[in-house]
Amino acid sequence: MFNFVLRRIAVAIPTLLILVSISFFLMFSAPGGPFTSERPIPQAVMENIEAKYNLDKPVYQQLGIYIWNIVTDFDFGPSFRYQDRTVLDLIESGFPVTLTYGFWAFVFAVTIGVGLGVIAALKHNTAADYTAVSVAIVGQVLPNFVMAPILVLIFVLWLGWLPGGGWQGGQIEYIILPAIALGTSFLASIARITRSSMLEVLNSNYIRTARAKGLPFRYIVWRHALKPAMLPVVSYLGPAFVGMITGSVIIDSYFTTGGIGVHFINGALNRDYAVIMGFTILLGTLTIVFNMLVDILYAWIDPKIRY
Amino acid sequence: MKTLHKTLAAALVSASLAGTPVLAEDTHPVTGEQLADEQVFTYRALDESSSLDPQVVEDVDGSYIVRDLFEGLLNSDSEGNIVPGVAERWETDDNQTWTFYLRDDAKWSDGEPVTANDFVYAWRRAVDPELASPYAWYMSLMALENVDAVLEGEMEDTTLGVEAIDDHTLKVSLTRPMPYFDQMVTHATTFPSPQWVIEEHGDDWTKPGNLVGNGAFVLTEHVINERLVRERNEMYWDNENNLMDKVVTLVINDENQALNRYDAGELDKTDIPAGQYPAQEAERPDEAHVFPRLCNYYYSFNNEVAPFDDARVRKALSYAIDRNVVVDNVLQGGQFPAYTFTPALTAGFTTPDLEWGEWTQAQRDERARELLAEAGYGPDNPLRTTLLYNTDEAHRKVAIAVTAMWKQKLGVEATLENQEWTTFLTTRSEGNYEIARGAWCGDYNEASTFLDLMQSGSGYNDANYNSAEYDRLAAEAQTMSDPSANYTKMEELAAEDMPNAPVYHYTGIIMVKPDLKGWPYEDVQQNIYSRNLYKVEQ
Repeated sequence: MFNFVLRRIAVAIPTLLILVSISFFLMFSAPGGPFTSERPIPQAVMENIEAKYNLDKPVYQQLGIYIWNIVTDFDFGPSFRYQDRTVLDLIESGFPVTLTYGFWAFVFAVTIGVGLGVIAALKHNTAADYTAVSVAIVGQVLPNFVMAPILVLIFVLWLGWLPGGGWQGGQIEYIILPAIALGTSFLASIARITRSSMLEVLNSNYIRTARAKGLPFRYIVWRHALKPAMLPVVSYLGPAFVGMITGSVIIDSYFTTGGIGVHFINGALNRDYAVIMGFTILLGTLTIVFNMLVDILYAWIDPKIRY
Repeated sequence: MKTLHKTLAAALVSASLAGTPVLAEDTHPVTGEQLADEQVFTYRALDESSSLDPQVVEDVDGSYIVRDLFEGLLNSDSEGNIVPGVAERWETDDNQTWTFYLRDDAKWSDGEPVTANDFVYAWRRAVDPELASPYAWYMSLMALENVDAVLEGEMEDTTLGVEAIDDHTLKVSLTRPMPYFDQMVTHATTFPSPQWVIEEHGDDWTKPGNLVGNGAFVLTEHVINERLVRERNEMYWDNENNLMDKVVTLVINDENQALNRYDAGELDKTDIPAGQYPAQEAERPDEAHVFPRLCNYYYSFNNEVAPFDDARVRKALSYAIDRNVVVDNVLQGGQFPAYTFTPALTAGFTTPDLEWGEWTQAQRDERARELLAEAGYGPDNPLRTTLLYNTDEAHRKVAIAVTAMWKQKLGVEATLENQEWTTFLTTRSEGNYEIARGAWCGDYNEASTFLDLMQSGSGYNDANYNSAEYDRLAAEAQTMSDPSANYTKMEELAAEDMPNAPVYHYTGIIMVKPDLKGWPYEDVQQNIYSRNLYKVEQ
């Protein structure tokens, strides 16, 4: 297991470097730059700005300086758009927010999703199954940019129970709507995966054997069926969890939580090179780490898997 | 006992010295309206502001916040007139050398006095190559002596045309007379900045707790992309006339969601999404407001490429745009049809009597057909072109309407092309277009802020218009004490050559809760100062 982790880390570093390099060159291939504006900046002013941010150097040299600063000082550079802030400031202020509502979205999606999936599988081809499947399909086809306004309409405008957005330091009433809006489509996927996987397990030979032995059904489900049925769900959860805690452009901009999701799109639109790079690295690292955790979890769930 | 008396007396004296708290009075000192107990103003900002540093901030929302946290030499009142700020009076003999006399009771929020040196420091800072402020161009626009040489690093910043004669006298020297210079010092770039704070905290000086300002409010909370809170600054020299205690900016990117939150009572002011003004106005006439703004919307023809190097083609396409349809049916927000580049409300601007502006649309269409036929285009040889605009729902609607008019009236086959903002700006400034959307908001309330765009040497001249006569009039206007006659002539020339087709002049369209008073609807520049706002008891 220890060797496995070491190997994964050894692969992760070149993967990240390739990711960084490709993003860097892609970014510079977009027309315009961070200081392209409706009022063209006079030559002398532009030269000063470019010198300040190293934009006057060749791209490969900028990439070199960028990586060097991260490795030596953990310095991701200043934001071009929010000139009083560095990229680390943006991550520090936004990531806890996204992490919080992303975490609750995850809890919401997993508990209800797995619950629905299991019920549907146990009550296969009954009204309960059809209801659960319908809920899953509706959740799947309603993207979060439709979900969010519907939730706002119901809970903010009609019922007046919850605020329509903002964060206020993360009070519970500000977390609920973003978490539900973000979690719903994940919930739907989890429910469908759980259902089909559970059905497959329940029809397998060893479950039949367990039933033939006369074990109580509840015991069979909890003790023997649930764990193997979770295997495909877990492989889905890794990337899903990263997706949730790095937020969503739509949730962040619709509920203006102050999370990091908006920086991905705004960074690209503003050509805020440092921000795009910083968040690409954050997302890349998280994805690699969580995929690794999922692989480790696999071995625990299914003893047949060995690394 | 004796000491207690002394302490009590001292407390009483200091309490009375601190000035009469306005809130205790409960009524507005001028209008006599009953004031609400809670004076908190919450509004929607489209986006996080670029910076809170006066010398760096670029965007409209950010400039408003900076106007609350800092105060410049002069301010504008609710109608946009220039009124004293830190300077209580100012004088000039030739419009080229200006002297500002600073009030001696102006203080920074840490209690330090505001001096002429704070302005000298700030103005030098604005052009400092090391700060590399994108807004350094504004100092160049102000025509300060030696500004360009300082920006290029050829001269020391001490040679910049601004000097402190003494703590309360600031002298400004310009390279040319500028009658409207007083207007330019209401802009955030010219606000003073506290040298000792910037030197202590470096780039972190604009964070809450560090930031020291001289405005009516101090920064108390700032969460990027979520909220910014500023509260009454007790040190502000005119604090007793400030009725507002607290101002909250909420960043809400989506305008429809912002309107939802306004409806839910979370906001006092928000913008009305495009096309929704009639509905809001019908439903809530006392909350929906529309007012003119100093901004124009136009289509630039690329004057250097065929067929738009032919003035007849440019005029034909411009004439065929039914501006009333665009304004009344497409945008529906009280905008003004535009026949001149400069908005009619611009101070000191006399709108010329343009013939084509007086015609009926049928006459214009008729003339457009003739001009296009003269230029060699007709049913057998239709004009084919591309109209470029930046991706946006409202721009798309206008573009569809306009190209449909061209197609229907002139048989012009125009393809629509949209690009994301930065790409669009790059394409347009490189001249890789035939017709492109453009818009401009005045930097100051004077016609040259618009007309400069059509000078051949201007960096903003995306139409590539090149008229020696126009340039001559513009150059002459710079030295005149009353250039309005030249501005009128320049508009006449622009109507003759039609380098751009003006489409409409903007309006501001906002929702404001009925209990919020003091909004400067009359100010075409919308320079808002929160200290002029107040809430009345409902």
